Amino acid sequence: MTIIDRGSDGTDLTLQGIGTPRYDREQRVGFFTDTSICIGCKACEVACKEWNDVPADGLNFLARSYDNTGHLSADTWRHVAFVEQPTTDPESARSGVRWLMSSDVCKHCTSAACLEVCPTGALFRTEFETVVVQQDICNGCGYCVSACPFGVIDQRKGDGRVWKCTLCYDRLRGGQTPACAQACPTQSIQFGPLEQLRERAAARIEALHDQGVDDAQLYGDDPGDGVGGFGAFFLLLDKPEVYGLPPDPVSTTRDLRTMFNAATAAAFGLLGIAAATLLGQRRG
Amino acid sequence: MVPDATPMSYYGQPILKPPTWKWPIAAYLFTGGLAAGTSLVGAAARLHGDRRLAGAASAATMSAIGVSAGFLIEDLGRRSRFHHMLRVVKITSPMSVGTWIFSIFSSLAGASAVAEIGEKVGVPARVARPVTAVGQVGSALVGPALATYTAVLLADTAVPAWHEARRDLPWVFAGSATASGGAMGILLSTLAPLDPSDGFASGPRRMAVVGAALEVGADEAMHRRLRAVATGDTDKPDIGAAYTSGSPRVLAGAARAASVTGAATVALAGRRDRPRTRLLAAAGALLVLAGAALERFAIFHAGKASTTDPVYTVGPQRLRLVPPARRP
Repeated sequence: MTIIDRGSDGTDLTLQGIGTPRYDREQRVGFFTDTSICIGCKACEVACKEWNDVPADGLNFLARSYDNTGHLSADTWRHVAFVEQPTTDPESARSGVRWLMSSDVCKHCTSAACLEVCPTGALFRTEFETVVVQQDICNGCGYCVSACPFGVIDQRKGDGRVWKCTLCYDRLRGGQTPACAQACPTQSIQFGPLEQLRERAAARIEALHDQGVDDAQLYGDDPGDGVGGFGAFFLLLDKPEVYGLPPDPVSTTRDLRTMFNAATAAAFGLLGIAAATLLGQRRG
Repeated sequence: MVPDATPMSYYGQPILKPPTWKWPIAAYLFTGGLAAGTSLVGAAARLHGDRRLAGAASAATMSAIGVSAGFLIEDLGRRSRFHHMLRVVKITSPMSVGTWIFSIFSSLAGASAVAEIGEKVGVPARVARPVTAVGQVGSALVGPALATYTAVLLADTAVPAWHEARRDLPWVFAGSATASGGAMGILLSTLAPLDPSDGFASGPRRMAVVGAALEVGADEAMHRRLRAVATGDTDKPDIGAAYTSGSPRVLAGAARAASVTGAATVALAGRRDRPRTRLLAAAGALLVLAGAALERFAIFHAGKASTTDPVYTVGPQRLRLVPPARRP
């Protein structure tokens, strides 16, 4: 397919997207997904699939509200979750149901366990501080799959390698906005330099709290959290687990020193036992 | 409204992806430990001057490590790219560290085995024997690392039943490898009986018994630690519950039974060295090996089970954020 990104007069349409912040090379960029204005249109899912040539992930009926995608996977790099909650809120009085919609994506963690455990160096951090798999290197060992605290990255069936959101690395290198953010009609998915996005999110959460939306919370904006803050963070209207997100994700490699120390001690224990039992009691 | 006692989830869907690793990885955990344990028996026999047992142990080590390499490559999504593991040395990746441990171990053990064969086909003993000895003792010194890095490999994941067991897993694996090595030593010396007047004859038996005791003891400590990580759920109150149903439960129970009876049999049979007790010790050794293998499969499957239920992921994290005392 062809992406039309030039107007008839040759102007670059992608750079005219409303609210697209300018960013420099070698500046950390990311997503701020404001789920309070997500309308569940799945344009992000479609745009991502089209731009990145992501294969079909099945024609499924999951009976989960409007969510027939299910979850992020090797073949789904944006996933819109649909939650239906009973409510007494007068605005939803007619249906008695509150809708929560949220477009999930790879978090591009500051402390990315997937990248840290990758034994081949296939996963790397780009100049934009995003986390990307080099498909010509990955040998499908699957370690990153078990390391990710969000269940984002997975092995592609029939291909054997692992795949996930690249934050449109190719588009970033071309100075463009990632496909999902560009396709989002409500600016629920905002792309830009992470610092700017954090400021914008802080203002937005304050506004929502002022409006009485007390449950609104930022998720992944804190550099002090277990993964050092997300490169792609969220504004949620309920607890993270309601959306299928872990409430307090931690990068497993934070405990690596403990683990290596325990293993070193056990290794010497093994050596000691072997020496004592095999060489210790010579009688003859 | 009464607050929901169970941690919430998105349509009961798991948060984590289950490990992509299949049975060859669980099998490797066992064969890798077996190779490591057997290398120690071989080196001890070599140092003791028992060239027959040392040679047999060398062959067993090479078989175990060869099968291990097969398992590891078999499980890759792109097998033809197995050598990409050797592109980097990466201290933050236990799999990278393990690859190098595995490579060094198998190179040393391989050099030893080749030199030993070389001696038989005419290479002068003064050339072959030092290589055989240095390779065998060298691999035995790397062996303990080979046996325990796999514990870090499992623990350094988001898999709740593995990560929360991070302090105990290395001891379980060390015990398991020790028991396996001792058991293999018993079997090898059953095939080629040692001189019973030689104190070394009882070495593998002691090693198997002490190893099995460590394995069972560390396993118990691990289960206790997992039971201490609460989820706040009524049906699955803690991460230890990953071991209380389905295949992990059966495997863990069978592992414990096999290791205990195997070690007891070996200990009893070792009191007197006669042909009949030798066979009994061999039977005990087989049980110890079965116990070690079952233990690895139990841990492997419990880890997988702990990823497929969101309770094990969400529960402890939610309690960490909001301790029970502070809940409304």
